[in-house]
Amino acid sequence: MGNIGVLVVLLLILGGLVWLLVRALKGKEVERRVIFAFILVAVAAPLLLTITFEMKPTPIVRALYDRIETLPPDSRVLLSFDFDPPMSPEVQPMANAVTRHVLARGLKPVFMTLWATGQAQFNITLTDVIYREFPDLVDGVDYVNMGYKAGNEGVLNVIRTDFRKMFPTDVNTVPWDSIPVLEGIRSCSDFSLIVSLGGGKPGVKEWVLFVGDPTGVPTAGGVAAVVAPQLYPYYPGQLFGLLGGVKGAAEYESHFRDNYPQFESMDTPAMVMMGPQTVAHLVIMAFIVIGNTLFFVTRKKEGRR
Amino acid sequence: MSRISIIILVVVCILFAVSWLTKTNALDGDNPVREAFLVTLSAFLTLAIMSFMYKDNPYYKFAEHLFVGVSAAYWMCVGFWSTIVGNLVPRISDSLASYFMVPPQPGTLNFLYYIPIVLGILLLMRLVPKVGWISRWPLAFIVGTFAGLNLIRYLRSDFINQISATFVPLVVDWKGFGDFFSHLSLSVGSQFVDMLSNLVIFVGVFCGLVYFFFSREHAGWFGRASRLGIWVLMITFGASFGYTVMGRISLLVGRLTFLFRDWLGLIS
Repeated sequence: MGNIGVLVVLLLILGGLVWLLVRALKGKEVERRVIFAFILVAVAAPLLLTITFEMKPTPIVRALYDRIETLPPDSRVLLSFDFDPPMSPEVQPMANAVTRHVLARGLKPVFMTLWATGQAQFNITLTDVIYREFPDLVDGVDYVNMGYKAGNEGVLNVIRTDFRKMFPTDVNTVPWDSIPVLEGIRSCSDFSLIVSLGGGKPGVKEWVLFVGDPTGVPTAGGVAAVVAPQLYPYYPGQLFGLLGGVKGAAEYESHFRDNYPQFESMDTPAMVMMGPQTVAHLVIMAFIVIGNTLFFVTRKKEGRR
Repeated sequence: MSRISIIILVVVCILFAVSWLTKTNALDGDNPVREAFLVTLSAFLTLAIMSFMYKDNPYYKFAEHLFVGVSAAYWMCVGFWSTIVGNLVPRISDSLASYFMVPPQPGTLNFLYYIPIVLGILLLMRLVPKVGWISRWPLAFIVGTFAGLNLIRYLRSDFINQISATFVPLVVDWKGFGDFFSHLSLSVGSQFVDMLSNLVIFVGVFCGLVYFFFSREHAGWFGRASRLGIWVLMITFGASFGYTVMGRISLLVGRLTFLFRDWLGLIS
């Protein structure tokens, strides 16, 4: 029944696009609300009918996965949640996926955020991943949340050499000395890996500029799609891995699930989102063709006049 | 307000009430009435914003103004509690820190921190027209500090490191033509793909730079390289556009997921 529904919806979209193409060939313009309606159907239908695709990790995504896989247990990993609710649909899945992987490997994540809104985003990961899938882990022993610190690049500039100066306590005001996870940590150089999850400023770029490059600590990122092209030039020298948009997150989720059968039933929001993404992109490509057809047909008609 | 507008408003209010009641019955938890109200409000605000795609309307304007107002208030509170109370207070006074219930930071008390307070007050002088010029001093301090801070970082990461990243070998792991053709593969990490990638980086950077070199006429081989540079730029812009589309679609997927799952309960 589900497959028939998918087929019917795809045929409806295809039929509508062909109809618009025929209209374009006749030189009739497409009303903008028609485009909105098509995009709405292209996104809503795969969501309701659950169209999903298998994803294979690209090298830039796999680099982060492999690095986490090769770290020795108990290595400290710094995860910075530098995003807000508007970026959440894209970045929250990758934040959850990376956190899940780090904890499944027995590493010790230290969470922090340079965005005030990042604290609430971390709470989602705390509830959906840590409490639900790793109930035995103890706050402060297996992971710690240092919370938000105002100051943007200023914070990075300080924690590069003295982490404690900016975060004397964790988010629950537990003093630094009473947190076992932080034992031996003095600066960012003491982390085995830094992963910034964001898409704005301060974000991955600032982590590279102010921490990654000066200290040489392996730095990776997970970012909203809009900023991903600006960060690709940093790969592989300054950023060893990058999850770009929901596709990066879906690749990571898929690869993790394939290699950790015990997490087979885990939530895969990014993979679910790739269905609507694929159909919507096909529709947009079709509209580009229709738009260009209309342009050339109109120009030809004007040339005749 | 026209009659049709009043009818639409009444219908929206009735729909809101029905949704609230239905959602309250469907939800479990400590406070289903409040949860149902918040979910319904979120859903109606989402629909109000989306209604702009049809045309500008009062519901869109209401949602937009609400967002701007709430954001401004939110960031003002965050600014006070995180920057002034979180960063400054524990460093200037133990008693103030205990008053605001933030943990004092022993050993960090430093009278140098009074300087930012003074600069902050000077910045507010902008509100007094007669002495508004004083606000330029702290502004100059901010600009100077960040310019100095960023100059070194950007010079190192965005200039030197980026240039050195383009110094790539055009011939990778070369052991002769025989070995090259016997191991010819299109898989990622193969010798051929690595050499091709490096060649694309070299040609792309070179031709892109040629396009921005205006001291010589873009004719002959120079012009051809410049035109190739334009193609490289266009491909870059196309990739950026593709990623932007992906980002925007993700936002739409996020909101529709909320509407279908959290509000209407159509998907699990």
